[in-house]
Amino acid sequence: MVDVAFGPEQGQRPDLSNNREAYLDLVRRKRMYGGILLVIFIALMASGWSLAEDRNAGGFLEGLHQIFDFPAEVFAEAWQKLDLLPGIFIAHIPALIETLNIAAVATLLGAIAAVSLSLLATRGLARWPRLIPVFRRTMDALRAVPEIVIALVLIYILGGGPVPAVIAIALHTGGALGKLFSEVAENADLKPVEGLASVGANWSQRMWLGVIPQVAPNWLSYALLRFEINVRASAILGFVGEGGIGHDLKIAMQWGQGRYDEVVAIFLLLFLTIVVIDQVSDHYRHKLVKGSQA
Amino acid sequence: MLEVRSVTRMFGQKAAVDNVSFSVDSPAFVGIIGRSGAGKSTFLRLMNRLIDASAGEILVDGRNVLALKGGEARAWQAQCAMVFQQFNLVPRMDVASNVLHGILNRRSTMQAMFSLWSRADILKALDILDRLGIAEQAPKRAEALSGGQQQRVAIARALMQDPRIILADEPIASLDPMNAQIVMDALKKINVEDGRMVIANLHTLDTARRYCDRVIGMRDGRIVFDGTPDQLSTGVAREIYRADDSFNEDATSTSIPTDTRADRSFADVMLS
Repeated sequence: MVDVAFGPEQGQRPDLSNNREAYLDLVRRKRMYGGILLVIFIALMASGWSLAEDRNAGGFLEGLHQIFDFPAEVFAEAWQKLDLLPGIFIAHIPALIETLNIAAVATLLGAIAAVSLSLLATRGLARWPRLIPVFRRTMDALRAVPEIVIALVLIYILGGGPVPAVIAIALHTGGALGKLFSEVAENADLKPVEGLASVGANWSQRMWLGVIPQVAPNWLSYALLRFEINVRASAILGFVGEGGIGHDLKIAMQWGQGRYDEVVAIFLLLFLTIVVIDQVSDHYRHKLVKGSQA
Repeated sequence: MLEVRSVTRMFGQKAAVDNVSFSVDSPAFVGIIGRSGAGKSTFLRLMNRLIDASAGEILVDGRNVLALKGGEARAWQAQCAMVFQQFNLVPRMDVASNVLHGILNRRSTMQAMFSLWSRADILKALDILDRLGIAEQAPKRAEALSGGQQQRVAIARALMQDPRIILADEPIASLDPMNAQIVMDALKKINVEDGRMVIANLHTLDTARRYCDRVIGMRDGRIVFDGTPDQLSTGVAREIYRADDSFNEDATSTSIPTDTRADRSFADVMLS
């Protein structure tokens, strides 16, 4: 029998002795790259350490033992006023709801923007393949600017309150989620999309019916993770005048001793909120993934 | 009805489809055979406009479908259904919805996105599934079906398009012999009863002999054989597959052997 499995020429088998050398070569090259990476890593660590030492003027080691002084002070005071904590919790609930609201609306708006941006920026799916770099750079730009910078600019223009916070967080979310969504979409199976293309479906139909059903569980899970992050971001923006629980936290911290019970209460509230979001998102994500396998 | 004129598709310096010309006047069952990489799939994709041709024309009733753009090209795709080797259904959607995708081009985007199909459309989809013997699968997810059933869903989607031509790209290459026969019988029935032209890329010679009215052999992107199944002798097949005397077409045949005209003629060849 002629073996036609190897290449176009009949009966020609690959030269095995050459192959062996080629593979050993490949192994050598891989090891060399690994070694170079290790050297670069060590060099970066060393230069980072010396830079920190220079700039710190020796304060780093001297201050090290004081690092737990502040938390200890805070917790000691909170422990003494433990009975007051439930009352403080309740007092801060409205502010917490405002913070959550800002985060939720911003996540929703950001996610909607991310869906379009990611599909337009994914190879193999993009509506206009030549514009992929444009949409990618747009997402990079949105991601590069921290929420707090956008918020500070917007406060000058729009004044304080939740609206600048929502816009600032939504813009950042659009860039961050867009990148993640696009990576998920890149791994989507293109066969259904091709099947839809063959019946004459337009781009939106192909995306909605061919891609979204595949990527929905992963997209949802990323969006919920982003919601968690945005709760924190929304709290931080409270520090610069956007209201919500961050504003309360800032006042309590500035007051200092005497109000530390409040600081602890607010941190606990934020922590519990994140835990609840995590549990709820886990539940629904599992449901979505399991549902798809039924 | 269909006239293919000097169609060429280049991938870099290599011509995947090289100056292909042929015409089909009646709604025939045309089989295209050839080795992997001979340009069969590329040709069907060109016809359906999934990819663009580098040169040439495909005239359907005098209109060059390769020159159509945007919405017009999509309208042509709706008339020229495609059945894929891997079925290319939406796995997470139910079978009936997958069949209804066949009319995406003729309904509004919103209607399709939110599955707002009319009662008449849904009934038509169910009728087609019934015709293919899988009506009871309608509410199941496509991914829950066996390969043979999924391919029948894909054929149902094609029928929902009410197409003039059905292109089948290796429709039975990933099916077992029993399912392969069911799928080929279904395509043949559609061809004979509905008068729709079928152009199918096929891997096995006996399938080509048994089902086709006409067989086109491709090698390196070019047509090297064009004739009736009777003319497709083992010698001709050797030419198409560029095999030598040790080529034994039975060695890898996956079809169920039956006493058909084609098999008898093959036996005659072997005896002579």
